[in-house]
Amino acid sequence: MPQKKTDDRRLGIKGWALGGRWGFERYMYTVHRITGIGLVVYFLLHILVTSTRAFGGQHVWESLMGTLSSGVFKIGEFLVFAGFAIHGLNGIRLILIELGFATGKAIEPEYPYQTSVDKQRPIAIVAAAAAAVIILFGGYNIFLAH
Amino acid sequence: MADTRKIPFTILRFNPETDTKHRFDTFIVDVLPGMTVLEGLHQIKARHDATLAWRYSCRMGVCGSCGMLINGRATLACNTQILDVSPIAIAIAPLPNFPIIKDLVPDLDSMFQKHREIKPWIIRENSIEQNTAKGEFYQSPEQLVEYLQFSYCIKCGCCMAACPTMATDAQYLGPQPLAQAYRYEADSRDQGFNARKPVLDRDSGLFSCHYGSECSVVCPKGVDPAKAIQLMKRRMLLDLFHLYRKKNAELCPDQGKPSAQDGS
Repeated sequence: MPQKKTDDRRLGIKGWALGGRWGFERYMYTVHRITGIGLVVYFLLHILVTSTRAFGGQHVWESLMGTLSSGVFKIGEFLVFAGFAIHGLNGIRLILIELGFATGKAIEPEYPYQTSVDKQRPIAIVAAAAAAVIILFGGYNIFLAH
Repeated sequence: MADTRKIPFTILRFNPETDTKHRFDTFIVDVLPGMTVLEGLHQIKARHDATLAWRYSCRMGVCGSCGMLINGRATLACNTQILDVSPIAIAIAPLPNFPIIKDLVPDLDSMFQKHREIKPWIIRENSIEQNTAKGEFYQSPEQLVEYLQFSYCIKCGCCMAACPTMATDAQYLGPQPLAQAYRYEADSRDQGFNARKPVLDRDSGLFSCHYGSECSVVCPKGVDPAKAIQLMKRRMLLDLFHLYRKKNAELCPDQGKPSAQDGS
């Protein structure tokens, strides 16, 4: 049988954000993935930085800490904190959903259809609002408190 | 006619005979109130370009043939009114995440293959009892509601096109097959949990869903695949800790009860 000639329209990574007219949960999905990747990258850098004390000695460690506690690294610290707050709180929401506590039971569909998306929306809003408040407190602590 | 508006339809075109990449063509459509996108496509084919290809059949949201991306949202062309989408301009493309066969016709083979993989039929441990039943497998109205919602799937592919995980993972089973796995698992007559578990529990299986939830938003039949997937996850997790129990329908031997055809 001859191979079918087609134009593959898989959206790829741009499908996370540029696929169309998406809803709030779709953007939470995208942010969750980006923060997850960011936290993994941070974790690897963290291991690298803390291992300098073992391999380079006290003076290398103190010099590195001096560099990391100023300037642009403060912004990096804030981004890590913000990523942690968003990923952690949205993660709790996802756990509740995956355990079936936030989606509701099966219903007989009647138009206009009610979906599990509407059912879990309050939790999504609470998770996003709580993350925003925590990020504000964290930002104050990192940039203004000292 | 006074109520007629001229609205440009920008349509993705791809001809496998001549093109290596898709392009966009724009046609002006005379739109009347209540006119559907499918009717707009028919007008273009009749007045402007007879080579325009798309798939359709029932024209009433039953067959699931005319799923396409209309102004960025995967939906059925037959039950989408043009003026509800936009009074200014309409952009139409085939469902994303599927290869294009021609113009607006996506190749849905991958979805049907994955659908077959989850064994979308009633599985009984005793196949002899199932195939030569001497009565009915009793099911209460409450047990029917457990799966009825998910049985309305018309396999249009809109959920697969809207899924962000499908966009990056070609191996992912996707919302349509996963929702159908739960449709059968939730059926009290079914005993196929262990038969479907290896397919659901594989890489790019059930747990690759991270609740983008757009599948449920775009579903034209209210099937709510995102809900089905989460309820299936719950059962899989309970099974992991040996806590999952299912009360299956039992065979009720026919004892001369009046049938539905008797009208009594």
